[in-house]
Amino acid sequence: MNNSEQGWQHEIYDVLRAHGVTQFSYVPDAGHKILIDLCIADAQVHAIALTTEEEGVALAAGADLGDARSVLMMQSSGVGNCINFLSLMKGGKFPLLTLISMRGEFGEGNPWQMAMGQAVRPVLEAMGVICMEVTEEHEVTSTVEAAATMAFRANNAVAVLLTQKLLGAKVF
Amino acid sequence: MSDNETSDAKFEMDRQKAVPALIGNHEDFLIISGLAGTSKDMASLTGDAAHLYTMAGAMGAATAMGLGLALAQPDKRVLVITGDGELLMNVGTLATIAVLNPSNLSVVCVDNGYYGETGYQKSHTSRGVDLEQMAIGAGIKMTCTIEHEEDLAEGSRLLRETNGTSFILLRVSPEEPPAVKRLMEPAAARTRFRTALLGRP
Repeated sequence: MNNSEQGWQHEIYDVLRAHGVTQFSYVPDAGHKILIDLCIADAQVHAIALTTEEEGVALAAGADLGDARSVLMMQSSGVGNCINFLSLMKGGKFPLLTLISMRGEFGEGNPWQMAMGQAVRPVLEAMGVICMEVTEEHEVTSTVEAAATMAFRANNAVAVLLTQKLLGAKVF
Repeated sequence: MSDNETSDAKFEMDRQKAVPALIGNHEDFLIISGLAGTSKDMASLTGDAAHLYTMAGAMGAATAMGLGLALAQPDKRVLVITGDGELLMNVGTLATIAVLNPSNLSVVCVDNGYYGETGYQKSHTSRGVDLEQMAIGAGIKMTCTIEHEEDLAEGSRLLRETNGTSFILLRVSPEEPPAVKRLMEPAAARTRFRTALLGRP
């Protein structure tokens, strides 16, 4: 992990905190390692380890009922686990912000990742989630800033797709 | 026979009496109720009040929703009340909750052993599965099973326990929950809940 990569992960964390996010839910994932470590180390927030990603969707709805803000960090494979719970967000007009580390696309070498990775955007869009893709480091922070505004100020479900062009494809 | 019906669980109490007796003053809680029987129980008990968010879909979401609410409102008591079928769909959430152990959260499972809403097919809990044991295994420290009316008062006290998350398995007979109209539009229910709690939508 070089310094510039560590830099944008820290910037994202600061953006989320500036938007008042206090519930950071996650299924462990290498692409989100720094963000996960940051929220675990921050006594001002809740770091919520999920057993499956859809818990994070429901958690965000409950947080909103209590006037708190939540972010769900997951890998693209977890998107498939969330589908039915997204009906809660769409029907209830609950804000949802999710950061998705992508697999199964640019340069993927694991055939098991391909189907879900390729389906992420159509599946999310079918459930009313706005997808914002990031391929360049210099766009990460501004995209998360924009997504947080759209989620928390305009009550949308928004997914930021952190692509393998950005993160690098996992080497096998 | 493929059924493993070795359970000696007693599904005997009348839910329409047992649920209100267990909850006591419902205004002590912010309430999330899972689909579908427990949402009818709670809409009936509270008059479909604004401190109740009832579900009619997203099966398996109630407990995680209650966790988010409990973490967001640490000074309020939060009650999740849901059925055996709804809890079984995401029973792993009990592990997620136990790790955090919020002291203002209680989970009640109204266990009638059946999927009532879909025509009373047997659920796993009338075929040997014990959800209190699963809660214990998940790491929830304060749990109990209530099968008899004389234990309801102790359960009511446990719901108000402040040392950590509590879990109560309330076994009832497989009879209909109250027939009651409730707000079924999820966005309107969100606005109603938030406005009552926060003073703004």
